[in-house]
Amino acid sequence: MKSSRYRIICYDDCIGCGRCASECSFDAITMKDHHPVFRHENCVDCQRCVELCPRGALSITRNPNRFRSHAVFSEDAIKEIRLQAETGGVLLSSMGSDADAVPVYFDKMLLNASQVTNPSIDPLREPMESVTFLGSRPEKVERLPDGTLADNLPPHLELSVPIMFSAMSYGAISLEVHKALAKAASKLGTYWNTGEGGLHESLRPYCPNTIVQVASGRFGVHADYLNSAAAVEIKIGQGAKPGIGGHLTGRKIVGDVSRTRMIPEGLDAISPAPHHDIYSIEDLSQLVMSIKEVTGFRKPVIVKVAAVHNIAPIASGIARSGADIIAIDGFRGGTGAAPKRIRDNVGIPLELAVAAVDQRLREEKIRDRVSLIASGGIRNSSDVAKAIALGADAVSIGTASLCALGCHLCASCHTGRCAWGIASQDPALTSRLDPDKGAEALVNLVNAWTSEIKEMMGGMGINSIEALRGNRLALRGVGLNEKELEILGIKHAGE
Amino acid sequence: MKEADLRKNNEEEVRSIISEVSNGGDGMLTGCLGQRYLGCGLRSGRLYLKGTPGNGLAAYLEGGSVYVDGNAQDAAADTMNDGLVAIKGSAGDALSYGMRGGRVYVLGSTGYRTGVHMKAYKDRKSVLVIGGRTGSFLGEYLAGGVIIVLGLSGEGPITGYFCGNGMYAGTIYLRTDDIPKCLSDSLSVHAVDDDEKETSIMPFVREFASLFSLDAEKIMESRFIAIEADGSVARGQHYAAV
Amino acid sequence: MKKEGEVRISSGCAICGIFCRDGRRIPGSVIRESIRVMHNRSNGLGGGFAGYGIYPQYSDKYALHIFYSDFAAREETERMLDQYFDIINLSKIPTRQVDAIRDVPLIWRYFVSPLPHRIQDSQLDEDEYTAQAMIRISCAVKGAYVVSYGKNMGVFKAVGYPEDVAEFYRIEEYEGYAWTAHGRYPTNTPGWWGGAHPFSILDLSVVHNGEISSYDANRRAVEMYGYSCNLMTDTEVIAYILDYLVRKQGLSYRESAEVIATPFWSTIEMKDGYDKARLSYLRNMFSSFLVTGPFSILVGFDGGMMALNDRLKLRSLVAAEKGRTVYFSSEEAAIRVIEPEPDRIWAPRGGEPVIVTLDKEALR
Repeated sequence: MKSSRYRIICYDDCIGCGRCASECSFDAITMKDHHPVFRHENCVDCQRCVELCPRGALSITRNPNRFRSHAVFSEDAIKEIRLQAETGGVLLSSMGSDADAVPVYFDKMLLNASQVTNPSIDPLREPMESVTFLGSRPEKVERLPDGTLADNLPPHLELSVPIMFSAMSYGAISLEVHKALAKAASKLGTYWNTGEGGLHESLRPYCPNTIVQVASGRFGVHADYLNSAAAVEIKIGQGAKPGIGGHLTGRKIVGDVSRTRMIPEGLDAISPAPHHDIYSIEDLSQLVMSIKEVTGFRKPVIVKVAAVHNIAPIASGIARSGADIIAIDGFRGGTGAAPKRIRDNVGIPLELAVAAVDQRLREEKIRDRVSLIASGGIRNSSDVAKAIALGADAVSIGTASLCALGCHLCASCHTGRCAWGIASQDPALTSRLDPDKGAEALVNLVNAWTSEIKEMMGGMGINSIEALRGNRLALRGVGLNEKELEILGIKHAGE
Repeated sequence: MKEADLRKNNEEEVRSIISEVSNGGDGMLTGCLGQRYLGCGLRSGRLYLKGTPGNGLAAYLEGGSVYVDGNAQDAAADTMNDGLVAIKGSAGDALSYGMRGGRVYVLGSTGYRTGVHMKAYKDRKSVLVIGGRTGSFLGEYLAGGVIIVLGLSGEGPITGYFCGNGMYAGTIYLRTDDIPKCLSDSLSVHAVDDDEKETSIMPFVREFASLFSLDAEKIMESRFIAIEADGSVARGQHYAAV
Repeated sequence: MKKEGEVRISSGCAICGIFCRDGRRIPGSVIRESIRVMHNRSNGLGGGFAGYGIYPQYSDKYALHIFYSDFAAREETERMLDQYFDIINLSKIPTRQVDAIRDVPLIWRYFVSPLPHRIQDSQLDEDEYTAQAMIRISCAVKGAYVVSYGKNMGVFKAVGYPEDVAEFYRIEEYEGYAWTAHGRYPTNTPGWWGGAHPFSILDLSVVHNGEISSYDANRRAVEMYGYSCNLMTDTEVIAYILDYLVRKQGLSYRESAEVIATPFWSTIEMKDGYDKARLSYLRNMFSSFLVTGPFSILVGFDGGMMALNDRLKLRSLVAAEKGRTVYFSSEEAAIRVIEPEPDRIWAPRGGEPVIVTLDKEALR
């Protein structure tokens, strides 16, 4: 019998109501004679049964059985070898990388605060601005014949807070999640992103707060889709799987997913690794401009790339392609499904990428041509503040927004059996997520973060978010070596 | 029909023709020389082009018709949704990438990666007919629709290497007996019988022939092979969930 | 210990300014007496003055004030100057012995004209050509520091209390239609003369009180346009931003003030018509040049002066008028001491610039 990773423990408080069995979508709990029976090997530790047990009678622990410890070949390493020996398959996982050997630089940077030489500001009582505009800025002002300033700014996105929701496609996640994101974005005055699976008909009312995506599969992409949105994002890559395409299996292409993606039911949806009309930077420019052409130059165009080794010159190329905004998705970005080896070994941490890109664009004097969005592993408001101080204009959150909706990072998205109704198309599961309540949770989350960001800004004596952007003196490193400090462009604490 | 020469610097005139076509009328632009995105997102009307239009010709086409008397460059009919494109000449690389509906007819030959990731959805079915030959990677990732290559002109094999790589729906018809080189294991090939010829190929070849004043019956006298995804080859086994 | 420029040093300060709209030239002793009153706002680690209209006999020449640490630096600099400029006149700047002023560098003054053929080769205008040459000297010549290089103006600064600095430079011997002064309270003891204020670029000079919280955001933005913030002071970055906005973008001083002390969005929202459009545009277009945190600045330029507070008005600033003369100061007392009976005295509102320029008749 397959050994189990987790053990479900049932305490005496159990009243045999069977709620746990009906909630478990992984077939780990069944009822027999008013007693739960466990198939521990099926448990993914999603915590659904634990949270919904009316008596608090359940807990899940790691199986105390362990392999003989070895400093190099860990238990997981051995298990993966055995799995591949058995199946011959490429290891598939989901959510962002938890590779703990790669530093989370956010945790190694500390924020500043004012003492004496300038005043801190109380954000609850004094004006504190978080409005952010994303888009390109022309090199020079122009004047009309009467001497007044001409409005030569290209179209911009206006965000009331510098936090957006990351691209997650309908099909990978449920329509209920899309609804919650769309409602929340619209209430917050920010944006959500359809991902590459198209925009569901029922979400049209939220178009002013919607960013639509054009990925290599071009699912659901047509002129009306592009024109309906606030902005168009060309997805080149994502942090969880740089250089890798996507594959949504046919069993998830049902009903509205099929309609929204505009592909037949049951047919696999494959996103090629590259856009086959982009093999070089001038081809990217061609796609950017074709989107501008078909949208009458009324929509900002975002180009989303994964943070990889050469990210700085890549970003420079994108900035010169006519794109208005660059979205950089870091190493820890989430995913509905990615080959594990790719997820855990390809790309670079977001913090280094943002710092390198911001610095490079400044050195090339083109930082104002584009705005920068940072995403991939942003967990809280201080991560947001630090990303902005490093040089991002705004951030996108994906995993964090799913956590607000119930996700516990059990990393089973690829199974389509998400017990929280997030990464599933099974109506029995997706109906567990109430879009209105979900939207409320997301609004609460972003509002709470915004309050915290304002507190941090106030502490630094900054009362407008643009004065934090790229303000690297607001940061100090702890436990970082010279090279890391150099790339981050910050001083060490105490300096 | 209104006409303007792109070689003259007459932006006003060109704009008036584009708007005439957008409103469902006819218009002609002559002297095309690399101007990008001509006919981009057009919903109705007929746009006639002479010369060599630039990349991104008829991208996101939504229903209008674009006729080219000359050769098209790269990325023509990109993400096209509906309508008609007829090119009385050749086309470059990445023709009809991600096309979802409508018909594209090319009298001559096309470059690499023709018809990659074409699709079909409900009443929309993308159709691509090529009079000449194509480069490698024809119909890669094909997810629906029909690609027909006639081999009426040009030299050498009717298509290049890796034809239909990774395709999982739709059909590629080649007017030849020769199975292309390097065909993937996950594809199946069959000779096309008269019924299939009549229902699946003839309607498009007839339109192709009438556009370019050719004899459809004569073209159809030859034998065709069809390439499709082999449903018996499962993809799922590629992965092992951790 | 690191000297100014190797480390960012914050400082509090006193500032004051006098502007004669009618072009009347008044001696430097007036501004000296004004800043003297605010002795307690400084700590003896920096003082300085900028005077406008002080070199009428050379009004069309660039007046260079340069500090040298040694003779070799002077030699090398003069060699460079010879390559770029026609030197019309050169001399030591006259000083007098003052006990409180120590570690005195060599202080020289030159009146120069750019060499026409060199300007042509450079494809630059006269101002940009001169600015680039001066930046090159400060960067390339060890021990040389260009203090100011505007036309018909000059900056006099040193480590010390401003009134002692005035004595040292015999400031009473100069007459100008506009004066600004600065007394510094830095939070360390750099003991370097270059770090004193005013800071200037061409004819634009800035004195500043406060410590801005947006410093690095502003610095990294302005450095994109060819500036190099070597001193790492607020004054320097504000001067560069103003030079960029006014000289390179062609904004007026009023519009520039609307960039660096832009109103809150909620305030902009209440405006209408062109005001609203202009303010939104400027704020969005130049969002990296919003300066937050406390500041009050006096900006001197050819034929004018601007006083500006941050939008929350976190620093004090008083303005007064008597006839055609306008006074600005951190404290009212510093105005009353030189003009006991002003016609009007007021505190400008946060973010709203007061800009004064020479009357038409006063322009030569």
